[in-house]
Amino acid sequence: MAFSFDLLTEALLFGVLLGCFYAAVSIGLSVSFGLLDVPNVAHPAIMVLGSYGTYVVASHGLDPIVAGVVLMPVFFVLGILIYRFYYESFEKRGTEAGVRGLAFFFGIAFIIEVGLILVFGVDQRTVQAPYIGSSLALGEYRIPYRMLVAFGVALVLTFALTLYLSKTFTGRAIKAVAQDEPALRLMGVNPVRIKQWAFGIATGVSALAGAMLIIVGPVEPALDRLYIGRTFCVVVLAGLGSMTGTLGAGLILGISESIVLMFFGASWAPAVAFGLLLIVLGIRPQGLFGR
Amino acid sequence: MAESLLKVSGVSKHFGGFTALSDVSLEIAAGERFGLIGPNGSGKTTLINCISGLLRNDGGSIRFQGENISALPAYQRTRRGIARSFQVPRPFHTMSVLENLLVPSAYVAHMKDTEGEAQAMDILGSMGLAAKAGLHANQLSQVELRKLELARAMAAKPKLLISDEAMAGLSGAEVDEVLAILFKLNEAGITIIMIEHIMQAVMRFSQRVVCLDAGKIICEGTPASIVQNADVQKAYLGA
Amino acid sequence: MKFWLPAVVIVLAAAGVAVSRINEYFFFAAFVVLTYVVLATAWNILGGYAGYVNFGTSAFFGVGAYTAVVLFKWLGAPLAVQIAAGAAMGALLGFGVGMLTLRLRGIFFAIATVAVIFIMETLMINWRYVGGATGLQLLRPEAMAPFGSYTRMLFLVMTVMAVAAVALARYVQTSWIGRGLRAIRDSEEAAEASGVPTLRLKLVACVLSGALMGAAGAPMPMYLSFIEPASTFSLNYAIGALAAPMIGGTTHWLGPVVGALLLVTIQQIVTVTISSEINVLVVGVLLVLFVVLAPDGILGFFKRWLRASSR
Repeated sequence: MAFSFDLLTEALLFGVLLGCFYAAVSIGLSVSFGLLDVPNVAHPAIMVLGSYGTYVVASHGLDPIVAGVVLMPVFFVLGILIYRFYYESFEKRGTEAGVRGLAFFFGIAFIIEVGLILVFGVDQRTVQAPYIGSSLALGEYRIPYRMLVAFGVALVLTFALTLYLSKTFTGRAIKAVAQDEPALRLMGVNPVRIKQWAFGIATGVSALAGAMLIIVGPVEPALDRLYIGRTFCVVVLAGLGSMTGTLGAGLILGISESIVLMFFGASWAPAVAFGLLLIVLGIRPQGLFGR
Repeated sequence: MAESLLKVSGVSKHFGGFTALSDVSLEIAAGERFGLIGPNGSGKTTLINCISGLLRNDGGSIRFQGENISALPAYQRTRRGIARSFQVPRPFHTMSVLENLLVPSAYVAHMKDTEGEAQAMDILGSMGLAAKAGLHANQLSQVELRKLELARAMAAKPKLLISDEAMAGLSGAEVDEVLAILFKLNEAGITIIMIEHIMQAVMRFSQRVVCLDAGKIICEGTPASIVQNADVQKAYLGA
Repeated sequence: MKFWLPAVVIVLAAAGVAVSRINEYFFFAAFVVLTYVVLATAWNILGGYAGYVNFGTSAFFGVGAYTAVVLFKWLGAPLAVQIAAGAAMGALLGFGVGMLTLRLRGIFFAIATVAVIFIMETLMINWRYVGGATGLQLLRPEAMAPFGSYTRMLFLVMTVMAVAAVALARYVQTSWIGRGLRAIRDSEEAAEASGVPTLRLKLVACVLSGALMGAAGAPMPMYLSFIEPASTFSLNYAIGALAAPMIGGTTHWLGPVVGALLLVTIQQIVTVTISSEINVLVVGVLLVLFVVLAPDGILGFFKRWLRASSR
């Protein structure tokens, strides 16, 4: 059965690259939902917004990744504004906020999606770059360069964020605010400002994630719905609050999806993330590596 | 020798790698006034969460009136006679004070509303809250909220009442008010576990006291002996 | 009595209208309004009363629609059977999703409902019998006398369903179940400590909600003479069912009704005067505005009157 063994290897290779990509696009959610407990279901929509922003900026001649990096500070500010708004309207007021907070982010996601349709229409958009379109030949396997680029950026991003959270004072404060807010207060650190900063970082990262998204494939406004499944699957599978777990969970999802894609076809692949999410919620809701 | 009302045997609880409780055992007789003390983070609230059912203990067993309740969900433990108040009051904020008490009277005592309301007014009256029956939680003062917590627990007609730091942050006179309520309830036959940091309240109230530190029981005895115990002093004051 | 008299009047009036000479367009529009009344009311039983947000109304609605199609194609089942089966399947789905996620925090339930939309849609896309991705044409049965058209009959059926849905919501709200759900919404831990069987009640609300949504979906294929996955599982149903109670008010059964009427009316006006894309944007904006600024919805302005009349 050498034939399907080859296919399996190709699926695995592709799955690893895809998995790292999924991990990178989920890391923003890992921070905003996993660490800060903000029910940010608009995360994928913001990421798709980042994709379209990359499209616009890149159309002026910039490389898409550079475009994404350029957008990061803009999205950072956007994140701070959103969190501030969320905090003032909901978190400050306590428990009742749960339903309304969720409905709020759902509404935001919807507005972003429809806004994108109004401005760009429902057609798919792509970007051009020298590494998009050609593949690396590795023995019998062809690996698309764009996947390698996304893989590389993903690793750098995940590594950088994990380092930031464990080595810098602000980073450790972010992790602490999830575990013991009163202790942080006693240390003289304002938890709200920390959370604000963290949410800004999570959103800024989403800009780069959006750039990777449009590099890996064409985007359309409704793409955020599919990525709700993928990002939440990764974050829940990893376990809330685990950054390194995100990578592992991403790999599991990427490989699963790749295998389903290879052997069952494209019409089944979208359901993998959602199916895996339901299974995790049913069997081990605390995830594999969580707090 | 009568069977104890509550028997906690070798209970442990872990959160990930962190051990909140390890090998905790205690017995409480019916009608007793029992005090539970310990520094912050020693596991007091975790212990009563395990007893009341909000958390499941990982090891050991909890027996109430001879029955092993370790696997029962919290609402069934309440129906068997264990009631608790919350450290940070959690009133049903869209309901009036009176309606708050109707929830346990309907779900635990299975009373119709007319009966439940009469009982609720009785309970509120005995706590000095009768005049506030129609108000909502956001219109109550801090001590009134604490009393509401106790009143709601009482509406479940419990045999065992766990009072979780009901007096934290209250003034001296308010502490006396709440203490008087707890004494009155005990005289009516209700076993009470009191968790408090206010030492003079614990000492005045309890017949027996247990001290918890870092998830383990470090001392058990009368209030007088606890206060003099070196381990207890170390736990609270440091080396 | 205060409820049932107007309810009966409404049904009789609808029957009268259905056999009258009113323009056919009225029935198409009214059918949509009534569908959203049922969906919003169903959503509110779990979302408003218990505080668990369902993002996946489209999945339950779609399950009802496809169940109806299967029964119609396989057995030629009459509408009443289709609706009953749609309700049953919606209830089953509610039970499944509920058992899986209602033990966890609200957001996990919400995300699971999104997952169900996708999974259901993927399943239907891959199922040839119901037409797969391209969909299926359906031949409606002949309209029975005294109705001039099948659509008129659907209109009356939907009116009865809407009244039944609202009656059920009203019962849940005013009964002991309603108080338990409110306790869960206000403070789930305190509710559990007060003897409320929280998981059981949440499951009941979820099953009832799912059943109503499934029932609402069943007549849709007959209404359109057509079914296909994309529009059946459209997120518009999910957003509308969520927005209507948030706008109208979530604590009382009137809220979803008011919200649905308002929302569909606004949508019709915007679609006709501006465009259908802007219309969808308007729903999203209204949702966010109400959630932030007017958390008690429109009914919040009439709170005092309502509290007296719901006893």
